[in-house]
Amino acid sequence: MTEADIKTTIFQLLKRIAPDTDPATLGPTDNIRDTLGIDSFDALQFIIALNEQLGIEIPEQDYGKTGTLEQLIAYIKTKGIL
Amino acid sequence: MTEFRMPSLGADMEAGTLREWKVKPGDTVERGDIIADVETMKGIIEIEVFDAGVVEQLLVKEDEKVPVGTVMALIRPAGETAAPKPAERHPPEEIPSAPAHESLRVSPLARRIAAENHLDLSTVQGSGEGGAITREDVEKAVAERDIRLKPRPSEPAAAPAASTENIRMAVAAAMSKSNREIPHYYLETSIDMSKALAWLAEANRERPVAKRLLPVVLLIKATAKALREFPDLNAVWDNGLQRKEEINIGFVISLRTGGLIVPAIRNADQKSPDELMETLNDLIPRARALKLRSSELSESTITLTSLGDDGADAVFGVIYPPQVAIVGFGGIREQPAAENGLLGVRPVLRATLAGDHRATDGLTGSRFLATLKQLLQQPETL
Repeated sequence: MTEADIKTTIFQLLKRIAPDTDPATLGPTDNIRDTLGIDSFDALQFIIALNEQLGIEIPEQDYGKTGTLEQLIAYIKTKGIL
Repeated sequence: MTEFRMPSLGADMEAGTLREWKVKPGDTVERGDIIADVETMKGIIEIEVFDAGVVEQLLVKEDEKVPVGTVMALIRPAGETAAPKPAERHPPEEIPSAPAHESLRVSPLARRIAAENHLDLSTVQGSGEGGAITREDVEKAVAERDIRLKPRPSEPAAAPAASTENIRMAVAAAMSKSNREIPHYYLETSIDMSKALAWLAEANRERPVAKRLLPVVLLIKATAKALREFPDLNAVWDNGLQRKEEINIGFVISLRTGGLIVPAIRNADQKSPDELMETLNDLIPRARALKLRSSELSESTITLTSLGDDGADAVFGVIYPPQVAIVGFGGIREQPAAENGLLGVRPVLRATLAGDHRATDGLTGSRFLATLKQLLQQPETL
């Protein structure tokens, strides 16, 4: 899976969680939740969706490392997805 | 015979449009079965029946808009013998049978017209000899019923689908009513959430991702449990205080397109944190899709609003009538906090209570908040 594939997957999952938003407009350093208006319930649904789609499990203590698109992609890379 | 009426799904609802019957005459229904889809300002709501039995008559046609309280169907209670059918009735698939009342004196023609128009003859006053129901009596009763059920000119039969504007107007109606009628009082307390969050982190460490709990389940559980000790807050005001047996927390869910909706979490005090999370996993997506059931919109006994971790520090709610209280939670913030003479930084939650001063006084509210605080500082007891 390439970095572009990961990005595409992230956008698809975010679109599913927040259908009225356009995740493709997210900048690399934008805070995902703030920019798309995602609350804690939807944020958890996104974590669950990432787990189901990519097989990665993000522990609660790592939530802070996945706040922006850039951070999230980097985090997923560390899980050996690339 | 049980009358099934257009339910009230909140203080803001005056009427609903029947979109689809899910049953037909002769069907057996159980308590909780969904028997109709009704369109309200809050979207298409699945309407449940609260009595088991057999559907005898459907009195409202699809796409008709009728006021709250209108009799929509007649249901013969389980175990009750079916009413004898009129001798000259048409086949059921063409004309659903109207109940015949053999004890009534009814002319054959009147009986036939009543059957064709799904009219319950027991509701008709006879003007014939000895009180017999005549053709004229039936025709008059049918005409009066049709006028009653006919949408008023100002109310289009085909109500627009739920929209942001409709939701906004529903919220506006309920909140305006609250502001007009309910004398609110407000109380606030700060709660050290260190133990609760530590308990939650430990609980989530042992769970797969899909089973993780959010802090809000502890807030719901603690509120529900505290209410057991303060039944005057779990009540409605309807010509006086009326306590409610069940503790059904109306949970405020914000809609992504604006506005909010408040479905009930039934018997929240009896649910474990895991069960409450399962309920939220079911309820929130359906609420945001405006696909709720009637009981979920009508059975709340108190409201809880939580702004979440991105929200303001505190929220002072407006009571949803006819309820008598709303509990509010702000975001959890790290704040300096003193304990046993030592200053430390703690995750602090500001909890508020807005109470109806007709129903309770500040002392009751204050004691409730103290109990809530105690429970959240002993999460293992939840």
